[in-house]
Amino acid sequence: VFGAGGGTSSYQEVRDADLIVLWGSNAREAHPIFFHHVLKAVKRGAKLIVVDPRRTPSAQWADLWLGLDVGTDIPLANAIGREIIHAGLVNEEFVARATADFDAYRESVEPWTLAEGERVTGIPADAIREVAHAYAQADKAQICWTLGITEHHNAVDNVFALIDLALLTGHVGRYGSGLNPLRGQNNVQGGGDMGAIPNKLPGFQEIEDDTIRARFDKAWDTTIPPKRGLHLTQMFEAMEHGKLKALYVIGENPAQSEADQVRALKLLKGLDMLIVQDLFLTKTAQLADVVLPGCAGWCESEGTVTSSERRVQRVRKALDPPGDARDDIEIVYELGRRLGHDLGSTRAEDVWNELRTLSPMHAGMSYSRLEEMGGIHWPCWDESHPGDLFLHARLWEPEVTDRAHFQPVHHSPPVDVLDDDFPIRLTTGRRLESFNTGVQTGGYSSPLHRNGAALQLAPEDGARYGVRDGGRVRVVSRRGAVEAPVRYDTTLRPGLAFMNLHFPDEIETNILTIDATDPKSGTAEFKATAIRVEPL
Amino acid sequence: VDLKLLEAEPTDAERTAIDAVAGAPETNGGRVGRARRDGRQLLLPALRAAQRRVGFVSEGALGYASRRLSVPPADAYGVASFYALLALEERPADVLHVCTDIACRLAGAEVPAGAHASPCLGLCERAPASLRTIAGEKPREIQLPESGPPLPQAGESDLRLLRRIAAGVDPTSLDAYRAHGGYTALARARELGPEAVVQTIADSKLLGRGGAAFPTGTKWEAVARQPAQPHYLVCNADESEPGTFKDRILMESDPFALLEAMTIAAFATGCAHGFIYVRAEYPLAHERLENAMTQLRAAGLLGGDFDVELRIGAGAYVCGEETALFQSIEGYRGEPRNKPPFPVEVGLFGKPTVVNNVETLANVPEIIRGDARETRLFCLSGHVGRPGLYEVELGMTLRELLERAETRQPKAVLLGGAAGTFLRPDQLDLPLTFEGARDAGTTLGSGVVMVFDESADLVDAVLRIAEFFRDESCGQCVPCRVGTKRQEEALHRLAAGRGEGNEIALLADLEQVMRDASICGLGQTAASAVGSAIRNLGVLAS
Repeated sequence: VFGAGGGTSSYQEVRDADLIVLWGSNAREAHPIFFHHVLKAVKRGAKLIVVDPRRTPSAQWADLWLGLDVGTDIPLANAIGREIIHAGLVNEEFVARATADFDAYRESVEPWTLAEGERVTGIPADAIREVAHAYAQADKAQICWTLGITEHHNAVDNVFALIDLALLTGHVGRYGSGLNPLRGQNNVQGGGDMGAIPNKLPGFQEIEDDTIRARFDKAWDTTIPPKRGLHLTQMFEAMEHGKLKALYVIGENPAQSEADQVRALKLLKGLDMLIVQDLFLTKTAQLADVVLPGCAGWCESEGTVTSSERRVQRVRKALDPPGDARDDIEIVYELGRRLGHDLGSTRAEDVWNELRTLSPMHAGMSYSRLEEMGGIHWPCWDESHPGDLFLHARLWEPEVTDRAHFQPVHHSPPVDVLDDDFPIRLTTGRRLESFNTGVQTGGYSSPLHRNGAALQLAPEDGARYGVRDGGRVRVVSRRGAVEAPVRYDTTLRPGLAFMNLHFPDEIETNILTIDATDPKSGTAEFKATAIRVEPL
Repeated sequence: VDLKLLEAEPTDAERTAIDAVAGAPETNGGRVGRARRDGRQLLLPALRAAQRRVGFVSEGALGYASRRLSVPPADAYGVASFYALLALEERPADVLHVCTDIACRLAGAEVPAGAHASPCLGLCERAPASLRTIAGEKPREIQLPESGPPLPQAGESDLRLLRRIAAGVDPTSLDAYRAHGGYTALARARELGPEAVVQTIADSKLLGRGGAAFPTGTKWEAVARQPAQPHYLVCNADESEPGTFKDRILMESDPFALLEAMTIAAFATGCAHGFIYVRAEYPLAHERLENAMTQLRAAGLLGGDFDVELRIGAGAYVCGEETALFQSIEGYRGEPRNKPPFPVEVGLFGKPTVVNNVETLANVPEIIRGDARETRLFCLSGHVGRPGLYEVELGMTLRELLERAETRQPKAVLLGGAAGTFLRPDQLDLPLTFEGARDAGTTLGSGVVMVFDESADLVDAVLRIAEFFRDESCGQCVPCRVGTKRQEEALHRLAAGRGEGNEIALLADLEQVMRDASICGLGQTAASAVGSAIRNLGVLAS
């Protein structure tokens, strides 16, 4: 919609906001540092609204928690949008001057009355109305989301539904109001910035744009393939069709993190060549033909990271990596050399300065400025530019040339439907003390790991299916089954179950999940699996 | 790492007790939930409720209260462990707390097996005293002995603050209170209007009776003109100064007067909400105040534009310090705040706050009604013929007061409590006024007059005072935390004859440092009585 992939606001603005909506985000556990900024706002008197099927620890902090049915984010957003329109709370001037396609949007949300919203999402109509009015009438409002929005088969549509709300109310492009996907690692944003996505070159420049590609071709003295590459899910499809035969995995553990794990393992094992570059001998690395030991970004290498607020910051080397582990730049450059390409100096600052000549939004970020200013928010066009605290200020200029388009979206329920055989909706997520497949966190003993490897179930469902707290069950989905202990969890309503993915050695949660994937983002629907439980 | 994981669940009894404070919980399966932003301030009442139900604060109860009130469990543990009367380990439902403080020691207090020693219970006129707490479905707290000697001035007709008590007016009846002039002052105040009421109090030169003697009118004026809203009124009834029991008797025997006074203060300073913070050791006062509030609400005299909430402490001397008291009401550890800002600007919940002691407020209706006499209350205990509460008119000397109480040949008098001063028999001719005490190098403090005759063990009294401050120091600031400990150690060395020759100088240094550098009055006065015992009485001096 806006042309760049990053959160629009800075943390400072989150602290200063009047209303913060965490939608599909359990930031208190998954983004604890960001949640501190939220708490500062709350302590100041800001309102916090959390939209999440579970009453997560974040939701327990909320002035208002909405426990919607899994996968009904679009109906909820559309009902909110319709209510804003019908209550006369649209920011008419902003919509007229800075946006396009409002009529199509209005038409698309018209069926989503509060009553219809309640019927589909499970949220009482008056609570939907309350959110609509609070959001539209707030002076400074933030919508922040994470995987609860994006780990669905219609992830991009979910995001569009939230963006539409911001366009409707003018809550974007000005201080304190914005739209922010929260990033799960300190440098997820940086990976995207550097072009580690199939359709972009560094600085979010289109790979399929001939002029842009020509500039890179010239600088790198090579010819870049003119078409975008494959995203992760497409890669697995290509493996399935025998079109992809070699895979180079850096810092990922797809053998355990992919949905429908049985299939993922089969495909990885069928490759002609698998190279894994990682800190640890992960399950994926154990399958590899070659393992290249890399080093820890935060203490064994020089470089930069980019946080969710687009702030590029320096990281510095404090330790030499152990054993034969080598700096990641060196590994990649050495590989290049062996393949007959001299990629140049492996000094992190030299690589960075090369980037600055190619990515206009990083042009002004010299290492010395990054150090002086304690990091800079992109874009930073030249060495006199301070960086932008928030994005899209252009939408508030008197003449908006590049308008933001409303994206009408329609409800599409989770692919893995509930029925009599699979009556329980399983959703997945993170815990405070663990990270993803546990490669970095599983090796530490922590009392907080207790009860991590379990199926969490509402006590009512326990009674209904004859499973006691602490008992063991077989959890069955349409794709597979795992055995797990049951832990009662009163933050779940009947019909909703929860598992995390941190302890794959004990419970391979992703044997159950579905790989129904969003065609635009390539993300699988980890958040919505249909299961049943069978007491053992 | 000592990680406290509160996975323990409360018992049904604990759950019910906490829910009675926190409100009914939302049911599971809900679609909408709301965090409590006001939960924190209910933490102490919730913990107290759990303990009164089962006798201690279990891990399950602590975790459940945290969950219900949106307070992190570690934080709640910090609060629970701050208060002496909250038990975090299981113990019998029926517990006897035996006072071992100065007045009760003089009366030969002994702690039987299984009982707990307690600092001053505010029952000094009936020493030795104790408090029995019985947890259960119908929890009870009983002050022992259940009654004290009659009011020494019973029957006297020209009393001011003790008028109704001396006349035996029923403290449980609003009608009786009204029949004896009750609520005429409020009517008069409403005729005058808020500004004139503040002016009248300022003109009366009423000084605070909690110990610090700050002009009440100045406080009221400052709060009345604060633009920040809301304004709060707090009655400091956490009377914990060893030897003090005047506020207890006022609350037990004339509760309506306190509530009328608070209503006038609130009217004058623009407060819609008032708190009475009473120490936990005063169960009869709680009962009498609750009863009075219920009757006043039924009569429409409370609950309209002004209402009062009763908050009960949990055993912490320092909570009598006004900012520590705010912290306690707000649900935090009772650690005093730095001043400035002063409560008139940033007080309870960060808002402008009038905070007055019970006796101070008791003067308000009298002043508004036009009784211009100046009287003060004194708590006589120890070796006196007629211990109890005395109302004294301006001009009387300490010696005259002692004679009225039938005291014979004191060896020493402790004036002002543990934070006050020891006086010699030849120092007793000072007039009982703020200025008179100041000129004599002492303080009236909270009106404690504790008498020690020839039989008294003054070394024991001094050691007890040092122990008291070491125990009651909240530990927040170094001068007090370390100073009270070093003071006690030095005194013990002297008492055991193991002095190293520098103790007297060390004690004087500690006194100076604590006075200069402690955050609050507790540390600032923690060496006052000890120092005076050494200087005035020569206790442990050689």
